[in-house]
Amino acid sequence: MSELQKHQQQHITLAEESLQKQTTTLNLGPTHPATHGVFQNILEIDGEKVLDAVPTIGYIHRAFEKIAERRPYYQITPLTDRLNYCSAPINNMGWHMTLEKLIGIKTPKRVDYMRVLVMELARIADHLVCNSVIAVDTGALTAFTYVFQWRELIYEIYEEICGSRLTTNMGRVGGFERNFSEVAWQKINKFLDGFPKVMEEFEALLNRNRIFMERCIGAGPISAERALNYGFTGPNLRAAGVDYDVRVAQPYCSYEDFDFKIPVGTTGDVYDRFMVRNGEIWESFSIVKQAMAKIAQLEKDDPAQKNLFYAPESDHYHFPAKEDVYTKMEALIYHFKMVMGEINVPAGEIYHAVEGANGELGYYLISDGGRSPYRLHFRRPCFIYYQAYPEMIKNGLLSDAVIALSSLNVIAGELDA
Amino acid sequence: MTNEIVKQRLSEKFGEQLAGFDESFGMLAVTAPAEMNMQILQFLHDDEQLKFRFLTDLTAVHYPDRKGEELCIVYHLHNLVDNIRLRLKVYIPIERPDVASATPLFSGANWMERESYDFYGVNFIGHPNLTRILNVDEMDYFPMRKEYAMEDPTRVDKDDEMFGRGGTVA
Repeated sequence: MSELQKHQQQHITLAEESLQKQTTTLNLGPTHPATHGVFQNILEIDGEKVLDAVPTIGYIHRAFEKIAERRPYYQITPLTDRLNYCSAPINNMGWHMTLEKLIGIKTPKRVDYMRVLVMELARIADHLVCNSVIAVDTGALTAFTYVFQWRELIYEIYEEICGSRLTTNMGRVGGFERNFSEVAWQKINKFLDGFPKVMEEFEALLNRNRIFMERCIGAGPISAERALNYGFTGPNLRAAGVDYDVRVAQPYCSYEDFDFKIPVGTTGDVYDRFMVRNGEIWESFSIVKQAMAKIAQLEKDDPAQKNLFYAPESDHYHFPAKEDVYTKMEALIYHFKMVMGEINVPAGEIYHAVEGANGELGYYLISDGGRSPYRLHFRRPCFIYYQAYPEMIKNGLLSDAVIALSSLNVIAGELDA
Repeated sequence: MTNEIVKQRLSEKFGEQLAGFDESFGMLAVTAPAEMNMQILQFLHDDEQLKFRFLTDLTAVHYPDRKGEELCIVYHLHNLVDNIRLRLKVYIPIERPDVASATPLFSGANWMERESYDFYGVNFIGHPNLTRILNVDEMDYFPMRKEYAMEDPTRVDKDDEMFGRGGTVA
């Protein structure tokens, strides 16, 4: 026995039950690098094995739903940005589509394709973050640095379209605030030219990487049956083998015009979730390409389409162009009325869902015909996934718990809302 | 499978007890007595034709003006096989906000019910852990109820008189 051990035996007194208990309570979070956000997991571990977990959330709860009950409709758009901030445009457009459905606005094809284009770019950006971070959590940083330049380019495209990068506040009821600039189109083309090579490199680094596979296969699994019972959607459900995708099941925004496949896994473990997201990146890339071709075709058939970036019938709900606000009285009055929340939305009750990067993102809106919703509820996919987390990591290793969390892509902003 | 068939199956089984059938924006909505919520959910889940086995969403709404049925619990269900959605509503009084928990049927209802409890104080009977989820435990009120105004009620955002409304005729 070493001197240190002797010292410990003589001077350290343990709590009475500690020797019988033989397990450790470990706080993973609320602010731990492995949680990628502010939420806590109280783990009961036996050595490296996770026996039980209790998740605690609510650290960044911002009362979105309550705030929305007082705000005019346009002021709710920035709130939706802060749900899943990795793919903010999808949240925005989901919200605007809900309103359009309630008001009864039918958007033109060009607007639909522009929206699809932006939403699919957002999906690619979101999946790039998620998948490269799974690699970081297994100890591989290289892939992360490769793909982040391309997420950066996607953010530059957003910047060209709307002037901001992360929380974009993109889109308006009926379409977009303004037409895409020439530079925006050029940047999208640059993305289409350069991205496949990098994505191939990313996949070559990880997909058949022995260490990565050993870490991911079998970690944090969930069966299709349990996933459905929990209400899983999106890549996490598809990794378990269920090919449910809102874009196909209940097409919105002209998704029915596009040709794409739904990648599906079998075991619902970390590796399957990773592979499903990789597959989706390729599909989204193909959708962006198709959207570019379709827009070009529309403009070729009818050159007047080039200036169509919102539904003409939505004029009543659409912010006037800035140059008109500065030069025309009518536009100035209209702009003022909209900002002050003078534009009411018809009464009605509606649930509209879009396929967010993370799964089914639904808006349940009850309007009483006033300036703000009577009740607005966000169906946020992260909230659903995270409650299944203890079940998924039980009897696994502590290191599996870390990658299981990043593979679920739990975004704190969306989780807490 | 259509909304019409769902409506027919439900009417056959529960008859007069169901009310408020509505099909706005293509989604069938139905209102049921609160004490029957689990019976109906179970039927929707188990019935070989209906197969509503996916709980998309569960939330609550507060209607202060509906006396005796101030709180509304809203279930959004989805039949993934036939791809059809259904909205089920039950109303409960705010004095005794009790309703059976859907957790025995759907694991996903666990946190959604905790959220509705946290915001509206709905007491889900049979829930394994009905504690606050997003707000702090020490809170002694339910913030999403309409009785709590968002901001200082005396604050005036704009004076309607200045906009040609709400003023007096001189």
